[in-house]
This record gives sequence, structure tokens and C-alpha cells, in this order.
Amino acid sequence: MRREIPTAIAFFIGVVCIFQFFIPHWPFGTLVDTFSVWFQILQSFAIWLGALNLIKVSLEKSLDKRTHDRWYGWVVMAAFTLIFVVGMFFSGGRQFQEPGSEFDYLYRHLFTPLSSTMFALLAFYVASASYRAFRARTREATLLLIAAFIVMLGRAPIGDQMIAFVPEGYRLSDMASWIMTYPQIAGQRAIMIGIALGIISASMRLILGLERSYLGSE
Amino acid sequence: MADEQTPKLSFWQKMLAIDRRAIFAFIFVALIFPLFFEISQEIPVSNDVRMLHEALEAIPDGALVLYSFDYDPPSAPELQPMAIAVIKAGLRKKWRMVYIGLWPQGPIQCDMAFRDAMLDERFKDLKLTYGTDYVNLGFQSGNEAVMQRMGSDIPGTFPRDFRGTPVAQLPIMNGIRNLGNFDFLINISSGYPGTREWVQFGVDRFGLPMVSGSTAVQTTEVSPYVGRQLKGLMGGMRGAAEYEQISNNPGRALKYMVGQSVAHVVVIFFIIVGNIAYFATRKRNQG
Amino acid sequence: MAERIYIPASQLGRAVRQSVLALAVLLCVVSTVSAQSESPDTISLTIAQPPLPNAATNVVGSDGLNDDGGSIVVTWSKSTDDGAGLNNVASYRILRGTSPAGPFDTLGSAAAGQTTFTDANAVEGTEYYYAILTVAMAPTTDGAATAALVQSDPSPSVRATAQWFHTGRINMLIATILLCGSVIYFISQAKAGKALYIRKIAGLEAVDEAVGRATEMGRKIMYIAGTQDMNEVQTLAGITILGRVAKVAAEYDAHLEVPTSRAMVMVAARETVKEAYLNAGRPDAYREERIFYVTEDQFGFAAGIDGIVTREKPAAMFFMGAFYAESLILAETGNSVGAIQIAGTAMPAQLPFFVASCDYTLIGEELFAASAYLSKEPKLLGSLKGQDVGKAIILATILIGIVLTSIGAVTLKTSDLDKLGWYNIGRWFEVR
Repeated sequence: MRREIPTAIAFFIGVVCIFQFFIPHWPFGTLVDTFSVWFQILQSFAIWLGALNLIKVSLEKSLDKRTHDRWYGWVVMAAFTLIFVVGMFFSGGRQFQEPGSEFDYLYRHLFTPLSSTMFALLAFYVASASYRAFRARTREATLLLIAAFIVMLGRAPIGDQMIAFVPEGYRLSDMASWIMTYPQIAGQRAIMIGIALGIISASMRLILGLERSYLGSE
Repeated sequence: MADEQTPKLSFWQKMLAIDRRAIFAFIFVALIFPLFFEISQEIPVSNDVRMLHEALEAIPDGALVLYSFDYDPPSAPELQPMAIAVIKAGLRKKWRMVYIGLWPQGPIQCDMAFRDAMLDERFKDLKLTYGTDYVNLGFQSGNEAVMQRMGSDIPGTFPRDFRGTPVAQLPIMNGIRNLGNFDFLINISSGYPGTREWVQFGVDRFGLPMVSGSTAVQTTEVSPYVGRQLKGLMGGMRGAAEYEQISNNPGRALKYMVGQSVAHVVVIFFIIVGNIAYFATRKRNQG
Repeated sequence: MAERIYIPASQLGRAVRQSVLALAVLLCVVSTVSAQSESPDTISLTIAQPPLPNAATNVVGSDGLNDDGGSIVVTWSKSTDDGAGLNNVASYRILRGTSPAGPFDTLGSAAAGQTTFTDANAVEGTEYYYAILTVAMAPTTDGAATAALVQSDPSPSVRATAQWFHTGRINMLIATILLCGSVIYFISQAKAGKALYIRKIAGLEAVDEAVGRATEMGRKIMYIAGTQDMNEVQTLAGITILGRVAKVAAEYDAHLEVPTSRAMVMVAARETVKEAYLNAGRPDAYREERIFYVTEDQFGFAAGIDGIVTREKPAAMFFMGAFYAESLILAETGNSVGAIQIAGTAMPAQLPFFVASCDYTLIGEELFAASAYLSKEPKLLGSLKGQDVGKAIILATILIGIVLTSIGAVTLKTSDLDKLGWYNIGRWFEVR
């Protein structure tokens, strides 16, 4: 029974969601919105589950003398406590996100630079990944390499400046636009068609109860 | 202890196995270097950005314009210059501006962009009243459901502004009932919800004229809309730099583009070196 | 200041309108003459009241189709002075009331030239009457604007009703029946015992190798089931594959760690791994604390995983699910510590990053096929065959569409696709 009931619920909800797409009449028209709200409520409670688990894992790590990197657990606990206390008690109550509040100060001067820094790592990693991956090992790889050169140079102004003698319409930026508009989009759409079919197949397996491993054991 | 049997690596073999931190160092210099020097770079303006500029210039002075900021700090390097540039357009043409966000950090990014825009010399004597000339209605969760509701009832969707003031007390909101009351929509977005959802719910359903700024990765997905649903598009940092150039508002994007150009050249240089090393070592191994 | 006159069109005789027009013209002439007598070189003109335009006619409301009873579409014939005649119509205001005599509330406005408006706030079953107020504007010399408004006759009564079937989605219904039907058909065929051919997927063949390598090196395996929540089908696919990988890890007695970005994914992952260890006969080896929550924040998660990977140097990493920009950060860090990496995602924008940094990548639908591939269960393999048939149908449709569009490009006499009606094949595939 432990698996049968959730499987039945999954089947019922799945079939109802398919039907409601074609039936505007109440209650079908509003069902998906209602289910979305229910899911949001579940998610909101689940945030507590995650936060408590994070505190538990970090505390255990910080107090375990055998773990050599336990001070990272202390960092997580300190950051969590700081943001929580400042946001709850020192930032004007419900208006804690208002510009000028202490919470907003932490957001702008701590969280934002850290997030942007992690995102900026992509610039470096793209360079090292490109160095490693763009090798003319096969014909296809060589074609990819040439396309990458054209797009990289065409997207930066320097590409057109390097070959300014070439007439307009045939410059690197035009070639880059052509590559991004035609072969690139065609390939991406082909992958997206395959993905959509894969989603249909996977969803049918879940709705029909053929895949139940996510429900756990009996 | 070194193994004396290990053959000495050739220069190209060393290049093939180069420590990635050397590549990082070159990229770092390539990106940082232009920031310390005033290098001006004329960039050709693409058709999408030209159309965007013309569409914004055609909006009359005093028009009521809706801005939607749908991004967060990680996308700010690409999108913040766009946000500042379009807010400056609004300040210059004295539009009545209503700002919203469908991402939680959107209104905060908007606030930062507005303050940066106001630092411009041209606007230092501009006396704007919050609540009359512009308003920040803040964030509302619900993604497309928010857009749908805005189509019929904006005061119900945003009962209070970002500061908690009831919208009934804000003069700018008098007469604003739904999306049909706005003259234009400007959307800056980096994912979901964003440009595609606004096209679906704002343009297709309510006929609202719209332009958009998006990240470079998302541009390929939304560029098919340009010319029909979108009156113009700024794609990535390059799009922001092009708009800064055509609107005569040089800012961060133009500056960052110099760094991007140099970084692209450095990456291409390393790819070429990597391929030479690959072929040289392959020949050596075969020979 | 604007002066307003409300005059229902049916009561306004043509003679009265003409008299007012004549009066306005007389006022213009008088002020012109007086201006000329004051100064022969300047002429000023003050229009006290714009001439009244003709009202809009044929106002009709009709039930909005394919909805839940909340909309009514109002149409009208535009005023004869809109774009012609006096050519002074600025806009129309749409009025709504519950009785033909009023009172009417203003619903919204439409620009000059428009003849349709959708009332999206109708209550199902309520009888409504609509009227159109034609608005003419004219500027005065002091910059203010005056308006004249003429109201049309009210429309016949109309009620909004809800429909039981969205007729605009018949194309989707046909596609759903075809595609889902082929999947269900081949699942039932597979039950009958028919052997099905599946091509090799290198990334999935390498799962045993990756787990074995980690066991030999005495280092851990890290499995990341994407960064989205359980409502994302890619996450479910990732969790399903986790079950298979966990079973192999249990058999090899390898150390498997599963950091998650969402609490519900953590719960589902724990259940899945526990069951996998049970099925492998190693329930004692299961450790709940090895499946833990990090953070929902995209780059906070990337930072947390990067830190763990850099310090603990796992020998094998699996990325199976939905990822965004953090994909390259995670994969490159794994590459830098020498881990064998197998990735699978259905996010087209992230595929190039995984292909560049990982040893094996499952592209798009291969991620969804993985659970069937690894389990070799006939029913699951049957669903893959159904998927392939669906793809064949789509391919055939695309080819036919290319041929027909090419013929149309050469033979069509008009470029206005709206005039083509049924011949505009592109509209058959629109999702409304």
C-alpha cells in the first residue's frame, strides 16, 4: 500500500492535468493553478526541512574533531546566523527588503558580490574548457573549431575591425549571425524535439506507474 | 624523488598539459587591463538594437511606460548596463515610469539602476517625485499568473508598492487599471519568467508594444520574435554596448566590451596553441 | 478645460449637428476677422468646441470562446468620422451596464481605427449591455484639450458562458493521441515479449567503469540530480538513474554522496538510495547523512559543491538532471581534480558545456531513456520504441511541410498569410 496510494495519486493528477488543457470549463480550467499553489505551499514547508538539514550537517561537521575541514561548517553556521538574525530582528520587520535596511546592506555588499564572483568564474572556465575541448581531432571537430573562431571573433567588435576591408554583409559579425541564426537554431530545435518526445515518454511511464523508484521502498 | 627514466617533455607536450591557472592568469589580465585605460571602441550597431532605439525614440514625452526587471545579481554584469540605459531614456523623455519585478531581486536591481541613472550630469537638476513621476511596485510571485492578472487588474495584483504604500495613495497609479493603460513595455530578463512570457501574455493577448533586453545565452531563443512581437532587442553585453552607443549614453557596457574583445582574442590564441601542440605531439608520437 | 456633452446618437438630429457645426465655423470666422482687424499680419484661431463626430454603430457583444465564462468580445463599426469625414476621432471608450438604459461603467479604451475589445471581467451568466463612446479631441491655443463624446446605441444583451472543449486545441489533442498512443501501444507490445533493439549509449555503459574506478581508488562518487525541484521531469529522471547507480555502488561497496539543491529532492533521493541498497542486499551500508541539502541558491550551490570537490577529490561525478549556468562551474571543477564525469541534461543551452568538460554526456532524450536502458525492463524499453515512432511522425510532418512551404513560396500570389485561411498550414500547428 505504501507505493500503491502515491502511484494512484500520480495517475489521477497526471490524467486530470492532461484533460484540463482541453477543458476550459470550471473546475478543470483552474485545476492546474490550484495544483501549482498546493505545490508552492509544499515547497515553502520544504524550505524549513532543507534549512534544518543544513544546520544539522554543518553542526555535526564543526563538532567532529576528526574532520579536517570542519571550520567550513563554522563558516556556514556563522553566515546562516548572521543573515537570519539581521533579517528577522534588525531590519524593520516586514519591510526588511527595503533599500537602506541592514538586510539590504548585507544583500548588496555580501550576497551580490559573492554571486557575481561565482558567475564570473564561468569566464575563466570557458577559456580552460575551450583550450581542452577545441582540438581538430576529426573532421566534425575541425568544423566545430572553425565555427567557434568565426562566432567568437564576430561577436566582439575586434573581428570586424580586423577585416574592415571586407564589404558589409560579408564580415565576421554577419557570418557569426548567420551561424547563430541557421545551423545553430536548427540543431537546437532538433534536440528540443527529441527532448519533448523524451518528456512525453518519461511522463507516461510515471503516470502509468511503470517508474516508481522515486517513491522509495515498500 | 624524480624518476630518471621519465623522458623529458618537449615544449609542445608541456603546452598540451599546461596548468589551467596559467590560462586563468591570461584571461584575468585580458579582462582587467582595458578597465584601467580609456580605450574607445566604435562598434557597429545591429539591426535589432537600431529598431529598439527607434521604437523608444518614437514614444512621446510624458508617456506611461511599464518596466519589468526579471533578473538577479549573477546576470547583472550583462543586464544592469541595459537597465541603466533604458531608465535614462525614460528620464530624458520624462516618461511616467512604473517598475515591477517578476524575479525577487528584480526590484532591488531596478532601484540600483535608477540611482546609477540619476548620477548622470544631465539629470542632476531633474526634480522627480516618487509616486507621481515614477514608482517601484516591487516583486510579485506567480510568474505568468501575474501577467495574466495584470491584464485585467493591476491594483489588485500589486496592492502595495515596494515600500508598502497602498497604490491608491500614489498619484501615478490613478487611472491605471490594466496593461491596456500603458503605452509601452520594456523588459529586461535573464530567464524564466521573462521575455517569452511577456510576449505570450503581454503582446499576444493585450497588444502591448514591447522591447526587450536579454542575456547572450537567451538571445538566440528570443530573437525570432524581433520584428513581430518585439519592436527591438538588446542581446547580451554587446547589445547593451550597441544601445549605449546609438543613444549617445556611453557607459559600462561599452567599457566592458573592450575587455570582451581582448578576452576572445586570448581564448582563440590558446585554442590555436593547443591545436599546434596537439598536432606536434601526435607527429612526435607517430614518428 | 474640456467641456463634455453626452448625447445619445439616436436623439441627435442631423439638423442639430449641422447647426452646431455652423456655429463653430461662425465662431472661427468671427475670431479670424477680429484678429485681422487688430493686426493684419497675425491670424489666431480659437476653437471652443470640436465638432461632434458621428457615433460608432453596430455594437455587438459575443461570448468569448474557449474560456471559463469570463470574457465577452465587443465589436463595433467605427465612426464615419474615423479616418474620413471630419477625421477627428481620437479614441473609443467601451461602456458596460446591466440594463440597456444604463447606468454604464467605463471598461477601457481603444484607439481610433480599432473595432474590437475584449471584456475579460465578465461574470458567467450575467446579462450585459455594451455601448461605445466615440471621443473627439481638439487642442486649444493654451495647450489644453477639449473633448466631445458621442455615445452609441446599446448592444443587444449578451451573456458569457464557459465552454467544455477548447476548439482551438484540436491540433494538440490529435498530437497527444498520436504520440501518447504510440508510447502506450509499444509498452503493451513489449509486455507480449517482443525483443526490442536499443543502440548503445556510451555514457550509460561507462557507469560500472566509473563506480569501479572510484572503489579501486578508495575515493567517493558524487551524484548531483540537477538543481531544480521535483516538479521538473528531468529531476525525476535524475532520481530514477540515481537508483540504478546507487545499486551498483552498493554492490561495489563504494562511498556514494548525493548533495541536493532542494529539500524535497533530498527526501526523494534518500528513499531511492535506501531502496537501492536494500535491493542490492546491503541495507547496513546505507548512510542517510551522505544525502544532504546544500542550498537552493544557484551559485551558492555551485560554490558548496566546488568546495567539497576540491577538498575531497571524488573519483567519479554524475550530473543527471536540469542545470543552468552552474553546469560549467561544476563540471570544470570535477575535471580539474581528475574525476571521471558522466553528465545528462535536457537543457539545450547547457549541453555544450557538459560535452566540453565531461567524459560522457547524455544528450536530451538519452537522459530520459537512461532508466529504461539500465534496467532493460521490456515495458520501459517499449516506451522508447513508442518515442521513436513519434519522432518518425514528426520527421515526416516536417518534410511534408518543407515541400508544401517551398511550393507555396513560388506559387502564392499574396504574402499576407492571414488571407490564406485553411491553406495557411503553419496555423494548424499553433498552440492557442
